[in-house]
Amino acid sequence: MEIFVQQLINGLTLGSIYGLIAIGYTMVFGIIGMVNFAHGDVFMLSAFIALIFFLILTTWLGISSVVLALFFVLIIAMVLTSLWGWAIERIAYRPLRGSFRLAPLISAIGVSIFLSNFVQVAQGARNKPTPPMVQDVIVLFQGESGYNVALSYKQIIIMVVTAVLLSIFWYVVQKTSLGRAQRACEQDRKMAALLGINVDRTISLTFVIGASLAAVAGTMYLLYYGVVSFNDGFVPGVKAFTAAVLGGIGSLPGAVLGGLIIGLIETFWSAYFSIEYKDVAAFSILAIVLIFMPSGILGRPEVEKV
Amino acid sequence: MRWLQDPILDVQHLTMRFGGLVAVNDLSFQAGRGDITALIGPNGAGKTTVFNCITGFYKPSEGMVALRKPDGSHLLLERLPGYDINWKGKVARTFQNIRLFSGMTVLENLLVAQHNPLMIASGFTFLGILGIGGYRKAEKEAIEKAKYWLEKARLMHRADDPAGDLPYGDQRRLEIARAMCTDPLLLCLDEPAAGLNPRESLELNELLLSIRKDNGTSILLIEHDMSVVMQISDHVVVLDYGTKISDGAPVEVRNDPKVIAAYLGVADEEVEKVEAEIGA
Repeated sequence: MEIFVQQLINGLTLGSIYGLIAIGYTMVFGIIGMVNFAHGDVFMLSAFIALIFFLILTTWLGISSVVLALFFVLIIAMVLTSLWGWAIERIAYRPLRGSFRLAPLISAIGVSIFLSNFVQVAQGARNKPTPPMVQDVIVLFQGESGYNVALSYKQIIIMVVTAVLLSIFWYVVQKTSLGRAQRACEQDRKMAALLGINVDRTISLTFVIGASLAAVAGTMYLLYYGVVSFNDGFVPGVKAFTAAVLGGIGSLPGAVLGGLIIGLIETFWSAYFSIEYKDVAAFSILAIVLIFMPSGILGRPEVEKV
Repeated sequence: MRWLQDPILDVQHLTMRFGGLVAVNDLSFQAGRGDITALIGPNGAGKTTVFNCITGFYKPSEGMVALRKPDGSHLLLERLPGYDINWKGKVARTFQNIRLFSGMTVLENLLVAQHNPLMIASGFTFLGILGIGGYRKAEKEAIEKAKYWLEKARLMHRADDPAGDLPYGDQRRLEIARAMCTDPLLLCLDEPAAGLNPRESLELNELLLSIRKDNGTSILLIEHDMSVVMQISDHVVVLDYGTKISDGAPVEVRNDPKVIAAYLGVADEEVEKVEAEIGA
């Protein structure tokens, strides 16, 4: 029981990070029908940006309050990563928009390789640790065997920040004109242009939003694990993509739900079975779900009108 | 001949080629300000191609499409990027096959059409989220305008339903309402009466006449339904095989032997007689 509650907490934390990344995949897929394979590396890049600015703020500028430092780091990481997201779309995807379907996909793989190699060269190939940031824990209750069920402050920060940013994001997509334009472009880009919507700009803003949510995930990842390396974009990226597919690609609540499910499967499998096979478990569940629900959990099945 | 004195749309020597096929050949015509101008012609005459050139769907191979603003300045539509034709040029259009955002509600469809003013009011969303600026007021006004058009298109009771769930006739009217929400100077309608029953068709005529009267929007329409064309249009342009064969008031056009020949064809023994009549 104690282990179950503890793993539930851990799984939800990990799942919210996956969910944040998954939104970037699902939004871009929704609006231009392309899998942005570079998104995982954008996430990794944002973790590096967060690391660098955390060190600058704490050691050079001497901000002693970790929470304050994290707040600034989060904002800086979101802004800079958004710029990267915007630039990637502008340079690598937009020129290929009129091209055949696979062209932007290949370009995305290229960007992914570029980003991980760029970070490897610029920051070195070794794991980069941060000084421990938030270490306090709250002991929720103590089990009979002496096992403490703990909720750490950083887990609280991660879940709260995720929840707040997801609600802002949800508001943007559902209630603002930008969100309506995005949904309109998803359905019929040419018609949206005929109503005066600048489709290219809307797509750019989609990339910016996706990248800034990835930056939140990157900062939270750094806070959680305290270490980041140049190839950390790949596995979380693939898992977040899996989460997006599992939840139904194109569906925003689906992406978050898929992220939480993947996070929970992974932690529970590690706790009760074997930690070496945790990725196998996550991807097997994906395969099983897709066999029985090909459009994902919350995805709309494609109806062909005749 | 009002359309020659104060045209809102001036199409000069428009040519559109697809490979070797000439869909529109050296077409020139004017649409008068405040007029309802009908573009008619047999199937395959190139009417929709002309529309696509005017609204930026195609880049014309040759020619000029000028929109004259009320202040006398004019704008060359064929040089604008697609979205500016609506935003700067104030030209809106509907399609032969309805293109609503079927997954969004009726109201949202009308709000999407007011995207640009809302984006400006909300400081590209960023200020809007922070609650700075007149976003709320702008959103309220946008909803008011949407309501006005819902009322006019008699769709008020369906405002929160997905647009795709509406019956066909309602979808047609919603598409016109959505185009009108962009405040166009010129509204281009591609077969608005297609598939409507006689009663719906009559309602459509009333809607179009009231748009012209109350909102001062000029209308350019493609139509096969001759009752619609003859009843409401002030000016008719007839196309056949991509060239203009007749241009004038409905009565003149109806009695033009070239038009009759294009629409009905002529019997073999009459070819020479008709050709002599039309001077071919």
